[in-house]
Amino acid sequence: MVSRNTIRFVGRLLLSLCLSWACLGASAAHAQGVDPALLGVLAKGDTSARLQALAALGQTAGPLAPAVLEAMRERRLYAADDGRTYIVSKDGQALDPATGQVAQLPEGASRVTINNRLRRALDGALAVSRLQSEDPAVRLAAARRMQQGGVDSRQALDAALAGEKDAQVREALLIALAALQLDSQVPAERAAAAETLGNTGSAAFRSRVAALLAQDANGQYLERDESVRAAAGAAIRKIDRHMATIEWAGNIFYGLSLGSVLLLAALGLAITFGLMGVINMAHGELLMIGAYVTYVMQLLFRAYLPDAMAWYVVAALPAAFVTTALVGMALERTVIRWLYGRPLETLLATWGISLMLIQGARSIFGAQNVEVANPGWMSGGVTVLGGLVLSYNRIAIVVFAVLVVLFVWFLLNHTRLGLFVRAITQNRRMADCVGVPTGRIDMLAFGLGSGIAGLGGVALSQLGNVGPDLGRAYLVDSFMVVVLGGVGQLAGTVVAALGLGAVNKLMEPFSGAVLAKITIFVLIVLFIQKRPQGLFALRGRSAE
Amino acid sequence: MKRRTALKHLSAATLIALAGLNGNSYAADTIKVGILHSLSGTMAISETSLKDTALMTIAEINANGGVLGKQLEPVVVDPASNWPLFAEKARQLLGQDKVAVVFGCWTSVSRKSVLPVFKELNGLLFYPVQYEGEELERNVFYTGAAPNQQAIPAVEYLMSEDGGGARRFVLLGTDYVYPRTTNKILRAFLHSKGVKDSDIQELYTPFGHADYQTIVAGIKQFAAGGKTAVISTINGDSNVPFYKELGNANLKATDVPVVAFSVGEEELRGVDTGPLVGHLAAWNYFQSIENPVNAEFIKKWKAYAEAKSLPNADTVVTNDPMEATYIGIHMWKQAVEKAGSTDVDKVIDAMGGQSFKAPDGYTVKMDETNHHLHKPVYIGEINADGQFDIVSKSDGLIRAQPWSPYIPGNEGKQGL
Repeated sequence: MVSRNTIRFVGRLLLSLCLSWACLGASAAHAQGVDPALLGVLAKGDTSARLQALAALGQTAGPLAPAVLEAMRERRLYAADDGRTYIVSKDGQALDPATGQVAQLPEGASRVTINNRLRRALDGALAVSRLQSEDPAVRLAAARRMQQGGVDSRQALDAALAGEKDAQVREALLIALAALQLDSQVPAERAAAAETLGNTGSAAFRSRVAALLAQDANGQYLERDESVRAAAGAAIRKIDRHMATIEWAGNIFYGLSLGSVLLLAALGLAITFGLMGVINMAHGELLMIGAYVTYVMQLLFRAYLPDAMAWYVVAALPAAFVTTALVGMALERTVIRWLYGRPLETLLATWGISLMLIQGARSIFGAQNVEVANPGWMSGGVTVLGGLVLSYNRIAIVVFAVLVVLFVWFLLNHTRLGLFVRAITQNRRMADCVGVPTGRIDMLAFGLGSGIAGLGGVALSQLGNVGPDLGRAYLVDSFMVVVLGGVGQLAGTVVAALGLGAVNKLMEPFSGAVLAKITIFVLIVLFIQKRPQGLFALRGRSAE
Repeated sequence: MKRRTALKHLSAATLIALAGLNGNSYAADTIKVGILHSLSGTMAISETSLKDTALMTIAEINANGGVLGKQLEPVVVDPASNWPLFAEKARQLLGQDKVAVVFGCWTSVSRKSVLPVFKELNGLLFYPVQYEGEELERNVFYTGAAPNQQAIPAVEYLMSEDGGGARRFVLLGTDYVYPRTTNKILRAFLHSKGVKDSDIQELYTPFGHADYQTIVAGIKQFAAGGKTAVISTINGDSNVPFYKELGNANLKATDVPVVAFSVGEEELRGVDTGPLVGHLAAWNYFQSIENPVNAEFIKKWKAYAEAKSLPNADTVVTNDPMEATYIGIHMWKQAVEKAGSTDVDKVIDAMGGQSFKAPDGYTVKMDETNHHLHKPVYIGEINADGQFDIVSKSDGLIRAQPWSPYIPGNEGKQGL
């Protein structure tokens, strides 16, 4: 959102620049140029000097000064050896801000680098100038930035408030004003400011408000006014309550999303191991292949369809499904088929295959992880409850997990293939007798399980590393989910995955990530002792 | 029977072939050097490029006439990220291949597992990675950073005005010896700077942890208590999900900067660095350092990657441990030439005081006594190109303190 607005802002800025040149001609543009001495300091000096130059630039009238700040923030400001600076636009055009003229970027000009301190100051300065933007979204972002303080902004805020019509922006501006008024001379203003900030419930203001309750060495309150202290105390209680709510809501969402990840990783195994009984140690590598297909798809899109880049993940889904299903079927036909009923040999053989697949990926793609970028619509997050960020990629994964479960459920319960698979699971010999082509069904079912693993791989590529060892990390988790859920039961897998995710995430804030993981293992061991068949067991005569 | 005769023939053929080689080449008159880096398993991601750097450096030395008039012959073994296998492979290199020196290891645990072998067989190991200190072995030269050459300056920077003036610290790491020891040192250091325990939060995650939602939310909450910085000793692979989560949670470097000690150019190759701009790393070398020696080093590496068609050769980068490997091999060569022999004891004696014009822009020096390099320290901010903008550097070279003064009981343990 912000970046699109930024682009729009820059676009408008450039437009106004062009217009001003067109109207005023070269000599007038020269009058608007930025002081070269200032620019020189901005490009080279030490941080404090640069901050001063920056502040001075903020006071400079005309469109060139904000353009310099903008360019500096976006690493498009260049400095030549002679101390002159150049704004380079996105299409490579250079402009000399000292004159406002288009110029040739000299050989050896280097990019002006900034550090976090300058970046903060630049954001503040840009926010001040953007308070007057025409786009309410830009104004809102600017007002939110002003809330963090660090800019001398009282005047700008007052001016903005006077003309602001948009309710949301107005509210943000009032909060920014309240943050400033905490230091006001008038006690009533301080108390009102504390109340306003308390009503936001935002953790960002907690330390500022808490400063009102600070005591000196003798136990004397620095804040003399009783009513201000009372207001601050109430505000802090409000913020703390809100933070606790956010924490709980957050943990539940995190549990759900971890559960979905486990589910996607384990669902393929629920078919190959759960239904077919193949101890498939190469399951993790099928996930890996799915992830690499996503990577290849990204490369293809980048090369041939750069406009549709945002949708490469969607295109990767069928590709990953088909690729991993084919790999799975090939495995089944060549190796696993000969080992049915011999779990130990299956285990060793599939382990060997997994090593081969890992080394294969390493030889083709290299030992290093490859870059799989989130498409735009999966980056960032939505803020709910005024402070809890739900990231889009996590939300997408939860939704995707639901879709995949529905897909598998439909396949198993409402298609002929599903019927045969279930028949073979229940009684292989009887199914064979009544004419189910068990060999072919085994191949297809294994292909289906592998394909689902490929889909899981696409999802995992959006969360973490894509490398040859990707599958290893998920293998144990997958087996854990399937075993806990109960072999042969899809519903068990779903419940086990979500349950494990939730328990893990609810425990983590108290025990830390390491202990949470260990505790989960201990709990599963105890549970399996008590109930070896898992959460959901097959019932009836068919159960072996 | 048949197989045995076939084997006999084969070995005879090999012998003849070798003999033939001896006749017209210098195979008999080479110096063997061992390269002990994982080429498979979890650490392959980091160590493979070190193996290639070592091979490149050896090829370079050979092209310039070798060492003592002899060509170097690299012996590459793969310990497969398996710590006990490191010790076995080290024994093979020293006992069977009779190498003059070994360049290798990445994780502290792999170094600890080969140490007894090097001591027993009196071998010589060059270790090229930053580590937690608390060790000083006669048979090892450490060309990476000790904590006072990386961790401490980074924290000092975070506390400075330019670094954001942090007063609260989250020490976040993977749960093993390097992060635990480093954080112990950092906690003591922060105490000495007047930071209270209530302002320090220490968090650990298991190896390969991929779900940082709770931790990032926790950092956000902790940061509500004042200016906060995160010091990350997360191990290579887990960094990607951690940084992705940071970006998605909209926790920017301008709010809560994260400084990492195990994230370099190589690790960022697998990451979209857009949301990470401004987060920091501390190293003794960055690819973005501008000087002729570094330009030459980068050029050589790119040409080598191209010539050997390494995977993704068009995007190869250089990083700190690669530079440390490069320095180590050259310094060993100088020491051998000074000693006039590859005898381990003589080389160890000749190493002290060796200096080398390094890509980091300085003539780095091996300390006379403590087996560590005097190195510069750079702090870099990640930029959108996956490289680092250097925002701070030390005044000149810093002598390593392998025994941190911030750990009680270390007083008077500075030399060998």
